Amino acid sequence: MSEYLVDIQHERLSFFTPAGEVKALNDVSIHLNDGEVLGIVGESGSGKSVTAYSLMGLTAYPGKLVGGTIDFNGHRINDLSEKEFRKIRGNEVSIIFQDPMTSLNPVYTIGNQIMEVILLHTDKNKEQARARAKELLELVGINEPEKRLKQYPHELSGGMRQRVMIAIALACEPKLLIADEPTTALDVTIQAQILELMMELKEKLGMAIIMITHDLGVVASMCDRIAVMYAGRIVEYGTTDDIFYNPKHEYTKGLLKSIPRLDAKEHERLVPIEGTPIDLLNPPAGCPFAPRCSNCMKICLREMAPVTTFDDVHYTQCWMNQKEQMEREAAK
Amino acid sequence: MGKYILKRIALAFVTIWAVATITFFLMNLVPGGPFLSEKAISPAATKALEAKYGLDKPMAERYFTYISDAAHGDFGDSLKQRGRTVMDIIATKFPVSAKLGGMAVVLALCVGVPLGVLAAYKRGTFIDSLFSVIATCGIAVPGFVICTLLLYVFGVKLQWLPTLGLKSAQSYIMPVVALAAYPTSYIMRLMRSSMLDVLGQDYMRTAKAKGLSQKVSLFKHALRNAILPVITYVGPMLAYTLTGSFVTEKIFTIPGLGGEFIKAINGRDYTMIMGTTIFLATIMIVMNVIVDIVYKLVDPRIKLK
Amino acid sequence: MEKNPLSFQLKLNPDDFLPATDEEKEGLVVMRDSVSFWKDGFRRLRKNKVAMVCLFIIIIVMIFAFIVPAFYPYSYEQQIQGANNLAPMQYSAKEMEQIAAGEKVFPHFFGTDKMGRDYAIRVMMGSRISLLVGIIAAAIILVIGSIFGSIAAFAGGWVDLIMMRIVDIIYTIPDVLLIVLLSFALKAPLKVLAQAPGFGWISVVGENLISIFIVFALLYWVGMARMVRSQILMLKESEYVTAARALGASSARIIKKHLLTNCIGTLIVTTTLQIPSSIFTESFLSFLGLGVAVPMPSLGSLASDAINGLNTYPYLLFIPAAVISLIILSFNLLGDGLRDAFDPKLKN
Repeated sequence: MSEYLVDIQHERLSFFTPAGEVKALNDVSIHLNDGEVLGIVGESGSGKSVTAYSLMGLTAYPGKLVGGTIDFNGHRINDLSEKEFRKIRGNEVSIIFQDPMTSLNPVYTIGNQIMEVILLHTDKNKEQARARAKELLELVGINEPEKRLKQYPHELSGGMRQRVMIAIALACEPKLLIADEPTTALDVTIQAQILELMMELKEKLGMAIIMITHDLGVVASMCDRIAVMYAGRIVEYGTTDDIFYNPKHEYTKGLLKSIPRLDAKEHERLVPIEGTPIDLLNPPAGCPFAPRCSNCMKICLREMAPVTTFDDVHYTQCWMNQKEQMEREAAK
Repeated sequence: MGKYILKRIALAFVTIWAVATITFFLMNLVPGGPFLSEKAISPAATKALEAKYGLDKPMAERYFTYISDAAHGDFGDSLKQRGRTVMDIIATKFPVSAKLGGMAVVLALCVGVPLGVLAAYKRGTFIDSLFSVIATCGIAVPGFVICTLLLYVFGVKLQWLPTLGLKSAQSYIMPVVALAAYPTSYIMRLMRSSMLDVLGQDYMRTAKAKGLSQKVSLFKHALRNAILPVITYVGPMLAYTLTGSFVTEKIFTIPGLGGEFIKAINGRDYTMIMGTTIFLATIMIVMNVIVDIVYKLVDPRIKLK
Repeated sequence: MEKNPLSFQLKLNPDDFLPATDEEKEGLVVMRDSVSFWKDGFRRLRKNKVAMVCLFIIIIVMIFAFIVPAFYPYSYEQQIQGANNLAPMQYSAKEMEQIAAGEKVFPHFFGTDKMGRDYAIRVMMGSRISLLVGIIAAAIILVIGSIFGSIAAFAGGWVDLIMMRIVDIIYTIPDVLLIVLLSFALKAPLKVLAQAPGFGWISVVGENLISIFIVFALLYWVGMARMVRSQILMLKESEYVTAARALGASSARIIKKHLLTNCIGTLIVTTTLQIPSSIFTESFLSFLGLGVAVPMPSLGSLASDAINGLNTYPYLLFIPAAVISLIILSFNLLGDGLRDAFDPKLKN
């Protein structure tokens, strides 16, 4: 077993649809220590959510793990039965989803939905569970917790609902919290509040967080490490400083360039990344980003580059970088 | 909420009144009055009958008299069944139909709901396809075909079940099953699609992420949401069993209100036709209102509106 | 010595590191073609075997209902002496004599009824009536419902409010009761009207049938009206229209392109499903004796007449029953198939 809290090695995952095999994850490796915050950044379809869901066994039908190993908190996830999964879900690892409006069941009270997970994984009785639920609501900054316990989801605002989701996720003090685009559906000001809350709770409870988002602004403030994903692969990985101040992969550079700046002049155009993502039904043999890359070389179209490491954290998979590094080595 | 109830009840009253009015004027449209095709009666006798039934008074007066009488439950005497009032006949025959209809509704719910859930759960499998076929047949095949089919197979050929009347417990089986066929199929399909809809919702994913077992997810989280559209259907279903009874009672010779209504039509018993129409319409409309209100109570999303 | 660092370590061709041309890049990007709404829909419909079979069945039935009777040697009201209650494919004594004498006697595929009328032709005519009622009724409902619903949706304000309240009331009225009542009440007036010149066809078709159409026109369009109204309202506010406007499209173009394309799919499905519903109602009424006038047969009335002889002549009941069930089932399944094919939201 691995010494990491999360150790994913060369994961490959595909969706076997009527149209064919959609290769959603193509050799993804991630590791995370206790208490660390990892950000996974990428556009829609890059595989960031799929990676996180596979950790909890929440991969939607018809998805299947095709290769690699996933270790979490001493469990070999590949080998877990559904029954064993149920023991760790909501308990050792929790997840909060993107849309708080639809993630809560509209016909049951908030109290019921929080107590449900407490009663499931702990030995507490009903009163104790209720007390704990109230405690959790206070923890996540919801006022009048007594009143809220009896209310229904539609009576709360979006921001409050997301706080409730966080309360449910933290109820059993998990070692890992996965946050799948937790603030995308919320107002910017609420966004800031929720992120602040998550950092506070991380400090208090010492849990690790995997933050999935397409928003670079979110990862800048929160994460220790960042993985940039594209078309089912990690194209660059490093510390937050590495990624923001020293990006090595063209895609990462493109993402950073495309962020609209407050100090940009009025007539300055936004800089998108040209081209469209590839079809995952027929992924190319080479680098998936090749068609959109300004540095694309012939070899990029044929095969995937090996990993180029820059220090013990920062790495990328890119022929340009590989070439430059080999030239540097040769020059020594 | 209170406002909604009042609005709903008001609408119901207006509709009942509309039905009564339409019924009255339609019946009086028939030229020559109700005694036109009676075997030769002398003009004097006709006049006397007309006076007795108040048919010699002006239309407007007759209308108001009729409506106010009807509001008190007085629909006059039956024109064909001497010596009995319409209300009297309704009071004896309706409980029979109600009993059959009630049993059919219960059967439809008890069979339709679980089968619909099962079909959704086993989506895409053979069971799902099988249920889908059965349900489609149940909806498409007209009531009289189902009745006669059952009658022929179980009553005439196999002779397992009685075909006439309601004397024994077994004689209830075929009419109730025949009456329940359409609603059961409808509920099966409704429940299935509602369930599939619910199973695709985000909160079902949350339930799984919490570590809940499939059983708990299905019965606690999914069912409670999926059953709501079925509750809305109960109103129309009750209305259906009342009209379905016309055919069922005719074929199985059951002494219920449906059969009585058909008899009245074929025998041109005007007062009976009018009274039964208004009575049945009132029942249907009232049932719909009750179901609507119950639905609003059951769905917490609507509580506060 | 100048070593090429690349070829040494990774056994790579230095040419590999030349920049790739645009054509080489494009070769990798495989875009799936986008299809037009109609082509896509019809393609999916054709793939749906059940729906295609049903369409085929409907066409066959229509051929038998509308075309074959013109060439059939028997007519639906023709009573053949001595040929009462023949079983399917049976010949009467008289007919046997004729065959023996060398004459050709067209077989009675479905036998004859108690009045000696060939049953096959009666079933075919009955199908014709049922289909006609279904289609005409659906057409009436489509027209009235769409007009009413569109007006309400486009007008808005208190016009919409009043129109919708009327719809609410009509919706709550129990339809079957009213049909029965209307059929009954209009019988005599229509009989009178049928005497007037130019209205003779009323007695051929039957007063009851006219009443059925009148009731459909009065009551059944409300569901369609509501649907059309909600479609139009939805589209009025929708993003398609806003986007199209932002791109400078004129109102007429917007209506034509977006509203119609989105609406029409739903309209086709609803109308197709309305046909079996109307046939269902007509057969129900015919069964109760409130349908077409004798001797014109309807599948429902044929079934009703056959009940008394169920013991001895079961085929007299089951043939029309089977045919009507087949018609209704086929239309229902075809409607379901259309809905699956043309409702883009259900695409998986």
